[in-house]
Amino acid sequence: MSHDAQNAMSLQTARSRRTQAAAKLVRAFVTSPAAVFGGVLLLGFLVLAALAPQLSPQNPYDLEALDLMDNMLPPGSELGTGVTALLGTDDQGRDLLSAILHGLRISIVVGVISVLISCIIGATVGIGCAYLGGWADTIAMRIVDLQLAFPTILIALMLLSVFGRGVDNVIIALVTVQWAYYARMMRGVALVELQKEYVDAAIAFGASRKRIVFRHLLPNCLPSLIVIATIHIANAISLEATMSFLGVGVPITEPSLGLLISNGFGYLLSGKYWIAMFPGIALLLLVFSINLVGDRLRDITDPHSGFEGQ
Amino acid sequence: MLSFLVRRLFGGSLVIFVTVTLVFFSVFVLANPVDVLMSNTTDPAEREAAIARLGLDRPVFEQYFHFLWNAAHGDFGNSFVYGKPAVEVIAERLPATLELGLLAIAASVIIGVPLGFVAGMKPQSPFSKAIMTGSIFGFSVPYFWAGLMLISVFAVQLNWLPSGGRGPTTSFVGLNWSLTSLEGLSYLVMPALTLALYKISLIVRVTETSARTVNRQDYVRTAHARGVPPARVAVVHVFKNAILPVITVLGIEFGTIIAYSVSVETVFSYPGMGKLLIDSVINSDRPVIIAYVCMTSFIFVTANFLVDLIYAVLDPRVRQSISGT
Amino acid sequence: MAKTTHRRLAALALSATLAGLPVSGLAEDLKLGLMAPATTLDPHFTNAGQNLALSAHFFDTLVTTDADGKFIPGLAESWKIIDDTTWEFRLREAQFSDGTPLTAEDVKWSINRPATIKSSTASLTIYTKAIAKMEIVDDRTLRVITEKPYPLLLPDLSNIAILSKKAADGLLTEDFRTGKGVVGTGPYELVSYDPENRVVMKANDDFWGGKPDWDNVELRFLPNDSARLSALLSGNVDAIENVPSTALASLRSNAAFSVEEKTSYRFVFLFLDSGRETTPGAMANDGSALDSNPLADVRVRQAINLAINRDAIAARLMEGLAHPTTNIVLKSMDGYVDALQPTYDPERAKELLAEAGYPEGFRLNFHATNNRLMNDAKVSQAVAQMLTRVGIRTTLDSVPFSVITTRYSQGEISSAMMSWPVPTSEASFPFRALIACADKERGWGLVNWGHYCNPELDAMMAEALTVMEPAKRADALEAAVAVIGAEMPIVPLYFQVSTWAARDGINIAARADERTSARIFSTSE
Repeated sequence: MSHDAQNAMSLQTARSRRTQAAAKLVRAFVTSPAAVFGGVLLLGFLVLAALAPQLSPQNPYDLEALDLMDNMLPPGSELGTGVTALLGTDDQGRDLLSAILHGLRISIVVGVISVLISCIIGATVGIGCAYLGGWADTIAMRIVDLQLAFPTILIALMLLSVFGRGVDNVIIALVTVQWAYYARMMRGVALVELQKEYVDAAIAFGASRKRIVFRHLLPNCLPSLIVIATIHIANAISLEATMSFLGVGVPITEPSLGLLISNGFGYLLSGKYWIAMFPGIALLLLVFSINLVGDRLRDITDPHSGFEGQ
Repeated sequence: MLSFLVRRLFGGSLVIFVTVTLVFFSVFVLANPVDVLMSNTTDPAEREAAIARLGLDRPVFEQYFHFLWNAAHGDFGNSFVYGKPAVEVIAERLPATLELGLLAIAASVIIGVPLGFVAGMKPQSPFSKAIMTGSIFGFSVPYFWAGLMLISVFAVQLNWLPSGGRGPTTSFVGLNWSLTSLEGLSYLVMPALTLALYKISLIVRVTETSARTVNRQDYVRTAHARGVPPARVAVVHVFKNAILPVITVLGIEFGTIIAYSVSVETVFSYPGMGKLLIDSVINSDRPVIIAYVCMTSFIFVTANFLVDLIYAVLDPRVRQSISGT
Repeated sequence: MAKTTHRRLAALALSATLAGLPVSGLAEDLKLGLMAPATTLDPHFTNAGQNLALSAHFFDTLVTTDADGKFIPGLAESWKIIDDTTWEFRLREAQFSDGTPLTAEDVKWSINRPATIKSSTASLTIYTKAIAKMEIVDDRTLRVITEKPYPLLLPDLSNIAILSKKAADGLLTEDFRTGKGVVGTGPYELVSYDPENRVVMKANDDFWGGKPDWDNVELRFLPNDSARLSALLSGNVDAIENVPSTALASLRSNAAFSVEEKTSYRFVFLFLDSGRETTPGAMANDGSALDSNPLADVRVRQAINLAINRDAIAARLMEGLAHPTTNIVLKSMDGYVDALQPTYDPERAKELLAEAGYPEGFRLNFHATNNRLMNDAKVSQAVAQMLTRVGIRTTLDSVPFSVITTRYSQGEISSAMMSWPVPTSEASFPFRALIACADKERGWGLVNWGHYCNPELDAMMAEALTVMEPAKRADALEAAVAVIGAEMPIVPLYFQVSTWAARDGINIAARADERTSARIFSTSE
């Protein structure tokens, strides 16, 4: 019994310690008004994206729900189905509000998932290379060089010709081009970290490899990774938009924010501003909010800033 | 040091060889060039004749060895679209993208490094906070969106700058350059600015992070404690060390210019390499695609090699580890 | 002397008539924004519209087309048909820009040149292969003898630029990049060529058609719609081709610019895979395979024809830049059937589907380009929308053309939206390529992606093509097109409308053949 109680106690302590750490993080986070603004905005976007099917007055991906006769209506017009298009309609008669909500969903999924996968692959390879060195390092880095030399568009187009247009193919293409960047970056950061005194000290104290990598190297490399990853979510969303713009992105009947913008692109100079403008604003705010949050997270997870949750 | 050089040279050549081989076999996934380019032709005999003329009817491996043999002699074949050597097609476009990329990189260094450094040295000042928020906004704008906004304001509304295309060129070392005249430069301003917007933000952030990290190092504190003038600390101790990650990022960014200039070149109808690649992929112009990737892999390998060298020169610890192996 | 002046005046008057414009007095400079960059200066390298449009500045062809696509004298001032296979061309008195006079030898050599270019993927030999031999009668008379009776010789020859043998003999395509060999009889002379960027040229004052309209011409290649448009709006260029439809309305109402449009000879249509037993892209509503190919049933094809609201596409997506049709030629061309008019009747379409055994419709995969035709991505979405509304639940794959050709070669295309030009101004040209049974020997049906095959219809067309008398041939073509209207092997949607815009003070002679050159612009003073 005493054994169990002890276990439970220690578990509870660990849990409360973790809760405390989390609370500290949140407190640190809310001291920056910009970050709070970004966080609320981002949370809002996430909720909107998650509830897109429930919130949208129209299913923008259902061709039967669209009517060409409703196309390019200005904001506030009423559609043939009786729905009011608060943000107007696009060239296919899609309600822009619905399209933006669904587009947010695709853009977030594509951006976050591709960066997450690239980060995991890249960080593993990069830190591994820096730690192991030697031939493993050389070979991995040459593969990275090779990868970086291979043009995105070529990869995207080849995937497209083999598998067709699709969200999954966009993610694969994005991961293929991005992981190498993280690998190189993380290797550089890890190399610098490895030279630092604390690693020498840890080795001198007889710390295991695993402990050095996970306890020392990874937390110290993390801030750089978060900075780059934040920047790259924006980049991934832009890249997805670029691919859609060039005709190798998501399916045209299921537009992401990027595709909505490029669809409305031509109308911008002809006075039908809403088709490109509203998705453009949504995209800007989405990326801006992600970046504001990422920026703050970087500040408070930085081991030297005093906010570390230990 | 010599063994380091030899190893990198060997490794680099291997990368280029493997890349080119990969691309050579990948382009067969793309459409048959004859079908793409012969769309208005109604004669099957002519189709087969064209396929035979271009050697596309031979087995893939025979084509591959044929290609290797010619490539070893510097011949990548004639472009299917332009009817002249692929290398020449690329050489014609290279200066356009180089000019664009160099201007963008120059802008990002000239604007980004000082701003980022200032923000990193005094992270609490309102000016620094404004810079950092501004940089966040900077990379929140997609290239083609920024480009379109610039066009509609500066070309259409204000009529200050040309809306697209490339300016008049003058020939220098056999290539066409447009940087040489003021008019040529005027065509470059908007695309370069569009391309630089993201890079400036990136450089600001990397410099800031790096400067802030270095600023907290013990040797910097020691220098301050020893009474070294703050300006001297900033330049000698902080700047020199803070610049390393910036160089890494610049090296990579330079290599990615070509890949990322695609959308800028498309928006501005700018005849550079990015657009050439798109067009070549769309038209299945295989010789151009292969020569192109061969060249970009060469640029990447060289850029990475140079970055490592600069590291070695600037950072004694890395230098030691290189000469030690 | 008097005679020369007279001839010059006559030539001047002729060139003015060609352009359909008054003779202009003052000449000046023209900057022209074009969409597609020419790939080379060699006019015989590849059969691409933008290359032939560029070469029209420097070179002439024996026969040329007027704004409506009718064939009129070019370097040949007249021709006559001597027998069913022999044509005699009388050459104009003209000289090349290097001062040497044009001779029948230059013409013969030029017509033979495309066959000598080995590196071409789209050879111009398709326009010369009907010719068996050529005989030089005298310096200004050439006889062209065809293998068999061939009424389409004039359209073919309108694509072959006449070069100076003296200047271009022995040159390869790659030698042209420096401007070598660009010695022609056309209205302009090359000054400089910066590939994909700009071409600068100056007037050829000795042009046989009189002094050209412009002293200096600069062509600028601006493929991006917005960039091209804003170049015009900001005064960077004086005129552009292919005005983006999205900007048409605001440009029309702007007094500082003039816009001209003309129905082009290119039509957009749907391929339906009607020839195969089963087709991979047609499925039952639950996604399971169908026992038969629904598109093989003419009622289904007619239902698709009735389901598409062409007027809505033209008005809502194309800003009027589409001319709805169910014919495969324009009204002015041979083979046009007046009774074939586009109808939109979704209720009847549903009835027809039910009669064909698909009361609940079926699923269809639909391919369309996204980089090749005006607004192709938008129009294909609208088509998918309209088909879905009558019960054919359509999945659109909007991809670059190269991807579609790959899919086709793998047999994966069940329906696709494509376009085809009618440069011959008669119905057999699109028929032979798109609808005729695939027949390698004859060279018919090379792009028959619907696998449609109707031997009786082929026979009707073949018969029509041997008739040398124009009116009778037109009747025979009409009879064949009427069958096409009933059978719907392809579903024609609309003819594209070409547009040009220029700053005020420039006249535009709009053309049906999509080829823009400085020749179609003139000052209005």
